[in-house]
Amino acid sequence: MPRKLGLRGIALGYLVVVLLAPLVMVFYRTFQAGLHPIWAALSDPNTVHAFKVTLIAAAIAVPLNTLFGVLCGLAIVRRRFPGKGLLNAFIDLPLAVSPVVIGLCLYLLYGRDGWFGSWFLGHGIQILFALPSIVLATVFVSVPFVAREVIPTLRELGTEQEQAAATLGATGWQRFWRITLPSIRWAVIYGVVLTTARCLGEYGAVAMVSGGVLGKTQTAPLLVDNYMNNFNTTGAYAASLVLALIAVVVLVAMTLVKPREST
Amino acid sequence: MSIEVRNISKRFGDFVAVDDVSLEIPDGSLTAVLGPSGSGKSTLLRIIAGLERPDSGEVLLSGKDATDLAPQRRDVGFVFQHYAAFKHMTVRDNIAFALTVRKRPKHEIRARVDELLELVQLQGYADRYPSKLSGGQRQRMALARALAAKPRVLLLDEPFGALDARVRAELRDWLRRLHAEVHVTTVFVTHDQEEAMEVADRVAVLNQGRLEQVGGPAELYDRPASEFVLRFLGDAFKLGDGFVRPHEITLRRLPSDDAVEVRIERLVVVGADMRIELVDGSGERMTARLRRDDVEDLELTPGEIVWATPEQSRCVLAP
Repeated sequence: MPRKLGLRGIALGYLVVVLLAPLVMVFYRTFQAGLHPIWAALSDPNTVHAFKVTLIAAAIAVPLNTLFGVLCGLAIVRRRFPGKGLLNAFIDLPLAVSPVVIGLCLYLLYGRDGWFGSWFLGHGIQILFALPSIVLATVFVSVPFVAREVIPTLRELGTEQEQAAATLGATGWQRFWRITLPSIRWAVIYGVVLTTARCLGEYGAVAMVSGGVLGKTQTAPLLVDNYMNNFNTTGAYAASLVLALIAVVVLVAMTLVKPREST
Repeated sequence: MSIEVRNISKRFGDFVAVDDVSLEIPDGSLTAVLGPSGSGKSTLLRIIAGLERPDSGEVLLSGKDATDLAPQRRDVGFVFQHYAAFKHMTVRDNIAFALTVRKRPKHEIRARVDELLELVQLQGYADRYPSKLSGGQRQRMALARALAAKPRVLLLDEPFGALDARVRAELRDWLRRLHAEVHVTTVFVTHDQEEAMEVADRVAVLNQGRLEQVGGPAELYDRPASEFVLRFLGDAFKLGDGFVRPHEITLRRLPSDDAVEVRIERLVVVGADMRIELVDGSGERMTARLRRDDVEDLELTPGEIVWATPEQSRCVLAP
């Protein structure tokens, strides 16, 4: 019994020090100066714009990577094709490589002399230092999450229920919508949550390609950095608080929605 | 609907699952495909359902070539050994599935599901999820689901294999009665020869992907086409120049022309019968099954030498 308590103590203590303390600190610091400065900082047009950019990037990246994740999961688990192992390994690339490196790659690819960059510039489309590059970086770093959640669930699910549905007259499309997707829905939802969190929080890759112009190509995490460097601590705290709150709300919502006994 | 498979072969890598099997299943029959595990019986059934593509050969449903037909267009009901219940749907939605995907009107679906719930005696369970049902209940649900769209063929893959003995016996009975009522062409796969003999009116015996024999239960038992069929349908032993089953051995105290000298190894009480383990002069082991009264009359004891005679009704290998 004491040993169990000791284990629990270590686990909890670790979480408090590593996770909870910084979060509490942000809350505490933000409200230290009172509510008015927070509101002022949050209603600043630059702050509003930065959150807008972040949300736009997330609104594009999340559906895109959800679709890709599900299709990719189905392909990897259900199909045999050459290069399958490679695809499986490549999904994890954004997790393995530092976001800054990813940013650099995009920079090189879409820059003035890059393979794609010169083509786009030739057609009058600005990728770097504009919204498209922010979206691209966000999509890149958030690729793995849905696929990684979906793949093990699909493996565990097997194909028997889908075969049963086929013998009962369901077409391929009906089998996907009525059997496969409902069976993996919790994995998809969890993947979406993780993807969203990653999109909202992305810093490194976006910092490399966006240019970080206040009120133009600034995302929320970049804004926090910008405010800190310019001694606008209230602004930095307030923006951090909103980011942290979104994360907490998303996680709590998921725990509430998720069924007690997952399959 | 009649089923015919012609020269079907299927291999998985180096393993030959089905090896040139041809089989005709008449309309309205109740056929068992019997064989040990790995004999290709499930693969054959899955080929009939369209869940597996044969490497060569043809499948004919009602005389029409269906080899390339997708499973959803074959009009078959399939019951899986492990139920394949749709876990995220209630019992009602599970049973309704075939009708829902056919976009039948709501009231029609409701009526048909109620009818089926009654048929499989799951009336009180319509709104439960499969995880809240016992194995036997799940399999009855799977049967109702397979029957919902009134398929022309019902295929069952080891349907009772995962259930305990009592439930299995109940469901066997029930399947027999259901077939008598609905008369849908039914094929079920089993490795249990007792189940096959008891339930089916025709039995096809498979061994290592090859069809050994097809026929009625009595025909197979009395005139097996091969030693494999003979042995698989029940214990059989070489006695003299022929084969006998345990209940076809008579034991006597005195020698006669066709009797073989054997030593009694062990006596085991099995209900009203006595199982007598014997060994002959060449070391061949066999088991006789006699009524306990007879054994007591003979006053048999282990270690004694007696004379074993095959009864006249013994089975004969078909030429």
